[in-house]
Amino acid sequence: MAAESGKATNCLRGMHRHFVNDPEAVRRVLVQTQAWMVAVGVPSPLRGQAEMVLAEVLNNIVEHAYDGGSGPIDLRLRPCSGGLICLVSDQGLPMPGSALPSGDCPSVETSLQDLPEGGFGWYLIRLLARDLRYRRFAGRNRLGFVLEADNGG
Amino acid sequence: MDLLAEPGAEALVIRVNAARIDAAVAINFKERMRDLLADSTPRVILDLSQVEFLDSSGLGAVVAVMKMLGPERALELAALTPTVERVFRLTRMDRVFTLHADAPARPRLSNGG
Repeated sequence: MAAESGKATNCLRGMHRHFVNDPEAVRRVLVQTQAWMVAVGVPSPLRGQAEMVLAEVLNNIVEHAYDGGSGPIDLRLRPCSGGLICLVSDQGLPMPGSALPSGDCPSVETSLQDLPEGGFGWYLIRLLARDLRYRRFAGRNRLGFVLEADNGG
Repeated sequence: MDLLAEPGAEALVIRVNAARIDAAVAINFKERMRDLLADSTPRVILDLSQVEFLDSSGLGAVVAVMKMLGPERALELAALTPTVERVFRLTRMDRVFTLHADAPARPRLSNGG
């Protein structure tokens, strides 16, 4: 039985998932998103790029938004002009400072024992997504962005 | 997290028989690797040929595993698939690890006699 719900009638080619903030649900939704992207003809490099960005965005919500508690995450994707328009929302805490992190890449020019084990998420998001917009409205965080194949490395 | 250790004269090869090293399994991956690294072979090669996806949690877990080995031992990565390679390259972690294009050959089965 699927733990995630989606409205098939929302949009003929869009994808909508509503799911709980845990890593296993995120993984299921990312796998479902891959299948949907294949079905609507999203080319392979963009599919990999999309999965990277979505994983980081969703993992951030799982780690931080609900302060250790449980809560919903809403994901909507729509193909547009060779790219993907994405909207992720949650009902958790506001982003600190009501703004998105700058996403500087942690330095790897360190000794081995000082190498960073985290802090890469927002760097990857900002590198690979464009038109990143955050809005807090009616108790919800809404993050919109666009994914196109020629972004990033 | 399904990991298969192949001790060898030149290196300890660890095959990651999982499609994803992500937030859902990062902690489990580190714990399993810690058990396998009790072997003191100086050179450890992680075969990532089955891993189709790795997020920043997975990257952090691989870094943590390298730190477990300490300065006298080396963690090398083999057969990175495109998305995984991209994560290492974009974060510049491809400069930190020795990367091999191909996974080490599997040990041949001996037919006895």
